Amino acid sequence: MAQPRVLVIGGGLAGLSATMRLAELGLDVDLVSLVPVKRSHSVCAQGGINSVNALTRQQGDSEWKHLDDTVYGGDFLQHQPPVKEMADWGPRIIDLMDRLGVPFNRTSEGFRDQRRFGGTLYKRTAFAGATTGQQLLYALDEQVRRWEAAGKVKKWEFWDFLGPVLDDTGRCRGAVCQDLVTMQFKAFPADAVVLATGGNGLIYGRSTMSMVCTGSAVSRAYRAGAWYGNGEFIQVHPTAIPGADKLRLMSESARGEGGRVWVPRTPQDPRDPRSIPEAERSYFLEERYPKYGNLVPRDIATREIFDICTTDGLSVEKDRLCVYLDLTHIPRETLDRKLGGILEIYEKFQGVDPRVTPMKIFPAVHYSMGGLWVDYEKSKTGGLVEGSIRNQQTNLPGLYAIGECDYQYHGANRLGANSLLSCIFSGLFLAPSLANACGGTPGADTTRLFEAEIRRQEERHRELLGRTAGDENPYALHQELGNLMTRVATVVRRNDQLEAAYDDVCEMARRWKRCAVSDTGNWTNQNVVFTKSLGDMFPIAKLILKGALLRDECRGAHFKPAFAMPGLAATDPVEKRREAEEWCDSFQANTEKWLKSTIAACGPDGDPEISYREIDTSLIPPRPRLYGLVGGDAIEEVWKERQERAATSREAAVPVGAGS
Amino acid sequence: MIKAMEAVADLVTAGADDAAHGGSSRVIRVRVLRQDVAGGESYFERFEVPYEPNMNVISVLQKIAARARSQDGRRVAPVAWDCSCLEEVCGSCTMLINGRTRMACSALVDSLVSTDGDEIELRPMSKFPVVRDLVVDRRRVFRGLEKVKAWVPVEGSYDLGPGPRISPEDQEDAYPLTECMSCGCCLEACPQYMKIETVRRDDESESDFEKRRKAAFDSGFVGAHAISQAMLFNSHPTGRMIADERLEALTAKGGIQMCGNAQNCVAVCPKHIPLTRSIARAGRAATVWAIKRLFDR
Repeated sequence: MAQPRVLVIGGGLAGLSATMRLAELGLDVDLVSLVPVKRSHSVCAQGGINSVNALTRQQGDSEWKHLDDTVYGGDFLQHQPPVKEMADWGPRIIDLMDRLGVPFNRTSEGFRDQRRFGGTLYKRTAFAGATTGQQLLYALDEQVRRWEAAGKVKKWEFWDFLGPVLDDTGRCRGAVCQDLVTMQFKAFPADAVVLATGGNGLIYGRSTMSMVCTGSAVSRAYRAGAWYGNGEFIQVHPTAIPGADKLRLMSESARGEGGRVWVPRTPQDPRDPRSIPEAERSYFLEERYPKYGNLVPRDIATREIFDICTTDGLSVEKDRLCVYLDLTHIPRETLDRKLGGILEIYEKFQGVDPRVTPMKIFPAVHYSMGGLWVDYEKSKTGGLVEGSIRNQQTNLPGLYAIGECDYQYHGANRLGANSLLSCIFSGLFLAPSLANACGGTPGADTTRLFEAEIRRQEERHRELLGRTAGDENPYALHQELGNLMTRVATVVRRNDQLEAAYDDVCEMARRWKRCAVSDTGNWTNQNVVFTKSLGDMFPIAKLILKGALLRDECRGAHFKPAFAMPGLAATDPVEKRREAEEWCDSFQANTEKWLKSTIAACGPDGDPEISYREIDTSLIPPRPRLYGLVGGDAIEEVWKERQERAATSREAAVPVGAGS
Repeated sequence: MIKAMEAVADLVTAGADDAAHGGSSRVIRVRVLRQDVAGGESYFERFEVPYEPNMNVISVLQKIAARARSQDGRRVAPVAWDCSCLEEVCGSCTMLINGRTRMACSALVDSLVSTDGDEIELRPMSKFPVVRDLVVDRRRVFRGLEKVKAWVPVEGSYDLGPGPRISPEDQEDAYPLTECMSCGCCLEACPQYMKIETVRRDDESESDFEKRRKAAFDSGFVGAHAISQAMLFNSHPTGRMIADERLEALTAKGGIQMCGNAQNCVAVCPKHIPLTRSIARAGRAATVWAIKRLFDR
């Protein structure tokens, strides 16, 4: 292959930004997607995209603080160099998207407007109404269409990635994909394969994710040997609209624009919410977290909403858990201008106008912080080396992962409006690495490798088509899996439940082999494609459960009450101080034990083999995450003193000028 | 701080999917216009699904897929259809529901039943070749965007500072047009937009076929969505630098002159995009451009 050719799987923000930049660097790209790329799941992102900006900078903000908020919000589970690089690129990425024509909301002077999102005190979030993801995706879609017209990009829409093709040395040499219309198989030899295939919400049945978010592409790479990192960290978004087919997202921007979460103090108060007086409402987030209010990080808001409904019994409705998200105090004109898109969704699907009546919302599975393990090369300044062929590469050389399907940027909990940034950043940043990695000396001939893989895939497909007599229904089995995962592996996790669920999923994986297909044809057979992707959900479900079971601590979205570290009980200053010292001791011990990436490798039968790897926290030392904790001030004091003592002793040990 | 939560995690029941909420034996009858393969015969097939409150047409189709039986109990292949986001932003699930072109995800069963009665009729869009059942081939929609160069012609993706300053008024003017999700509703409803179906010949290479199909697409009406996108980019400070190229495309064969001003497009647009305003603007701009070109000769 003289002219380098890259295969990009997935055409959301990450896949499209990578494709655009790759084409610009002169590489040819095959872009494979389950749906026309303009219909990718990124369109569902609503609220905005974070970066330091001219305004926040003058209020004391910096790229460093964006990094700090991101790793503190993520409970320090991410390697810090990639996050630093991403935060540094933030302003440039927003500028680029602005140049590409994204209709960001404007100030009266014509500059980009920003709003505040969770987990920060700065207004870092640029937005285009409440359809920011859609607008960003369209801008990239348009540029990629331009490259398509210029002949640099070839799109393969309605094609399914079936697996990477590895040579004898373990290097990825391309992939085999299937046409979802004609059901034909095709070999895609490539110098590099990039997975940009998003999240896996369908493992949980209903979530805020699109129907294409099955996680099957990642599962196929995982089974071919790619490692999966931090699988147990699944973000449950605090505010979604419950629905029979899907839990539709109600953006954090609703709170960013002043929306308030509350429940009536009287359980299931039957009155019209508008007629309930202020004094009889509990604005529980504002009461418990005076500093961040309704904009605490998502894992915390989710737990609080969950808690007030279950433990306190204050759900608005008895049979259906929900709380109020109230926008009715905000002028209609402001709501329409800044939140129009999401309010229409609520109105359309619930038949109630949220400008007049408080919305009823409840948490829903939303985002996968975990994903394929990827590498990076750290620069001298603590960021990344641009163009390094290690950046975003999985443990299988030649196979890369970007966007939601990598594990790299969000640690144990993602901050709102950071995902659009990480998707575009990882796509843009990957491209020069591939330009350096591709087009070297051609490897050995791969014709036979591809022939063998196509035969294997055809075999699997034929075997599925022949299963007409089984007693399992794939759609019912999927619902069962989703219900189980939602019950045991979301907001609150318990070891006994996780252990039992693991066995149940193993059993479901066995039952899957008895699934009957109801369509045996070979033309646009959605039935067999779904059954196949359902089979791919089990290995990922298993690694989520196993990772959660083994991790005996609370970190970000992973919450086990049995291992929670409660706040301080004492009021007497001396006693309080003693408790704070103890608290910090156990925090330190826990950090040493658990501040590690979970790495899952696929073993026989799709069972994960779990190991742990150290995390680079060289830029910002891990510290207790104290949002709203009782006695947090005393803990913070003790922690600071310890940090200072540690710093002093380090300085004493290091000769002047040697740095640290 | 979170208290120790004793209650069982139960996001599962947060939805409305439990039969307990409905609890009745009421059924929804559905009539689907099916077609097994591209170019094949079409036929109606009837289905029944148990009623649940808050169902939409997607959940009806999901139930049909799970049961895979027709109304009279025969085992049949599940109905094929397109969908993805289920919240009316991806543009996938366009179909004819009780004769009206719309998105299946936002078509709520309760409201369909209350206006049209107990049986729901689903048909594929008629202006695009049927692939199977309710799945149609809408590549022509995207070809329209390419034809009118619906993009900002930036020099590249390197950092060259921010984009142009834009007044809030201009942003608010442009924003509705940017919400177009290429669903094709406006094209289905347009009397001037006719179905174009090209079939690959046995002796034809893939690239020759691609070329022929593109030419066939370009011979037909480009449609309201593309005209509106052309106007969107012609109003953008950088986008308008190639305004003439877009107007050239809009005045070529299949261009704006084919619009018969039926105004059906704006009536069916699920995003309420002011398509007729875009068409009027395009018409004026095209006229000015044509006259200017006449004098420039």
